[in-house]
Amino acid sequence: MKLLNQSLKYLSGSILIIITLWAVVFYLNMLQEIKKSIDEGLENYKRIIIQNAKKDPTILTKTYFDESFFTIHKINKKEAFTIKDQYKDTLLYMQDFDDEVPESEPVRMLTTAFKIDHNYYLLNVANSMVEEDDLIKELLYDIVVLYLFLVLSIILINNIMLKKLWHPFYSFLNQLKIYKLGNTQKLPKITTETKEFMDLQKAVNTLLEQNLAVFEQQKQFIGNASHELQTPLAITTNKLELLLEDEQLNKEQANTVSDVFKTIQKLVQLNKSLLLLSKIDNKHFFNNKVVNINKTTHDILEHLQDFSSYKNISISCKETAQLSIEIDIALANIVVSNLIKNAIIHNTNNGSIEIFIDTNSFTIKNTGINKSLDANQIFNRFHKSTNKTDGSGLGLAIVKAISDLYGFSIVYSFKKNSHCFNINFTIR
Amino acid sequence: MKILIIEDEPELLENIKNSLEKEQFLVETASDYNTAIDKVFVYNYDCILLDIMLPNGSGLDILSQLKKAGKGKHVIIISAKDSLEDKLTGLELGADDYLTKPFHLAELNARIKVVLRRNNLDGKNILQFCNTQLDLDERLLTVDDKNIPLNRKEFDILTYFYLNKNRLITKTALAEHVWGDHIDQADNFDFIYYQIKNIRKKLQESNAQIKFEAVYGVGYKIVENEAS
Repeated sequence: MKLLNQSLKYLSGSILIIITLWAVVFYLNMLQEIKKSIDEGLENYKRIIIQNAKKDPTILTKTYFDESFFTIHKINKKEAFTIKDQYKDTLLYMQDFDDEVPESEPVRMLTTAFKIDHNYYLLNVANSMVEEDDLIKELLYDIVVLYLFLVLSIILINNIMLKKLWHPFYSFLNQLKIYKLGNTQKLPKITTETKEFMDLQKAVNTLLEQNLAVFEQQKQFIGNASHELQTPLAITTNKLELLLEDEQLNKEQANTVSDVFKTIQKLVQLNKSLLLLSKIDNKHFFNNKVVNINKTTHDILEHLQDFSSYKNISISCKETAQLSIEIDIALANIVVSNLIKNAIIHNTNNGSIEIFIDTNSFTIKNTGINKSLDANQIFNRFHKSTNKTDGSGLGLAIVKAISDLYGFSIVYSFKKNSHCFNINFTIR
Repeated sequence: MKILIIEDEPELLENIKNSLEKEQFLVETASDYNTAIDKVFVYNYDCILLDIMLPNGSGLDILSQLKKAGKGKHVIIISAKDSLEDKLTGLELGADDYLTKPFHLAELNARIKVVLRRNNLDGKNILQFCNTQLDLDERLLTVDDKNIPLNRKEFDILTYFYLNKNRLITKTALAEHVWGDHIDQADNFDFIYYQIKNIRKKLQESNAQIKFEAVYGVGYKIVENEAS
């Protein structure tokens, strides 16, 4: 859920509660105010009636409610003294303009007693009151309108304000999304006066700088380590080569030396791969030229022919177009040859390899173990799918590193019992 | 044939020296810039092996001084830096070849011999071994003047062995030399055996007085066939 909608959710919820409470209080207050005001009117009316009664005794005989809305009954003294001024809500039959027949309407009634010429009278004065259900209905309607109006205003204000306030944040976020350690030159920047955002930028950039330093160190370390290993490896290799030529070695010794030699050669190979990876990571290659992948593929297939025919692997190559891309030629060779070699090494004897080349992609399918490999792991450095020790576990990692360097995408899939690698040269 | 090795790593220097002496070369060494400069301008060498990173100076400086003096021939750069830039600079300065460490001694041998042959061309580019001849220009193998057909790879393999007569060539060195960087899986050199087997058969059938000898499963060497 977006921040905008989140804030809307909480605001509209709390406003609903606030408005409801406020409506109840408002209603009760208003009702009380209305009654107070009517009561004052009744009091005033009472005095006028008493005054008029003093002048015009006929009034004293008015015992029914009619147009003038009061009744007077004669009572004895004893009764009169028990009566105190009393306001109460009651009902009277009346016909409003909106009623077809008379019906009971709420009224406010003042019951009081007065004395004229030693006679005591009971006076009931009534005044029509607001109809509470009408009032509630009206109020509810207004409140719903108010609520909707408020929510709409909030949406509008939120949209404008939050968008404006959070704009630096979103632009920062987008920069972070495309940020690639070691690839992006500039650190993400936020242009704002908001303290929190400035703090965020500071924190994020500190973190990135630390990571960048570690990343650089790691790259340098691999590069330096493999570079430093070259001379000792050269010395060992050559010493063993000389030792193996020694006629005085007996067979057992020679076999041991030969085993050591083979192991050292693996180490040499591993070191070469690491150096290559480190060079790719450090972008030491960028001698880009237009390279024809079709031709590269044919050259490499020819180079590897002895290798593939030894395992009796049949290779087919279907080309629907000439695929030319701009890439360092050494790297293009490595990509294609690592993929083909991979397909040969992990193939079964008498297996097959199919290569497809179209306008923008290179696909290679090979038979092999009848099980999908872990697509998430397969391009990781030193990942080995089997326990066979021949590969360095770096061949595909190198292909991936080159693809990443140029922005190509490489995908592994397992379909119809064949392992398929597709590399799309369309730059993302 | 006199060869100067300019290399600051004593162990490596010793290895190369041992290997080259087996080839009957006269070997001299220099392990820093100043000694190297002294030697290259005082004596004449048929071939100079030159390391780039040296104490007190760069091998490339020695090379450019040699070029200025008109002596920049027969130089093979041996460097731990597999940098295209260094390679191009070196070759521009007149080096004949560029070999990246770690290298196989067989490879170094072959390169030296190629350089020596290139610079001492007597018109023919032929390698002779007993009753066999390898014509590098025509790419032909003849045994007792009879042409033995070889495919491209077989010829390349044999050439490499001819440049390393009586010397061990490991399968790794052979694979790197003939198949290039494309073959680098240390365990998958079995296919080399089939290549060797084919050549062996051809040599036997043609009564060649040379033969392949397997060396402890790690490689082969080509030697005179004493039985014939």
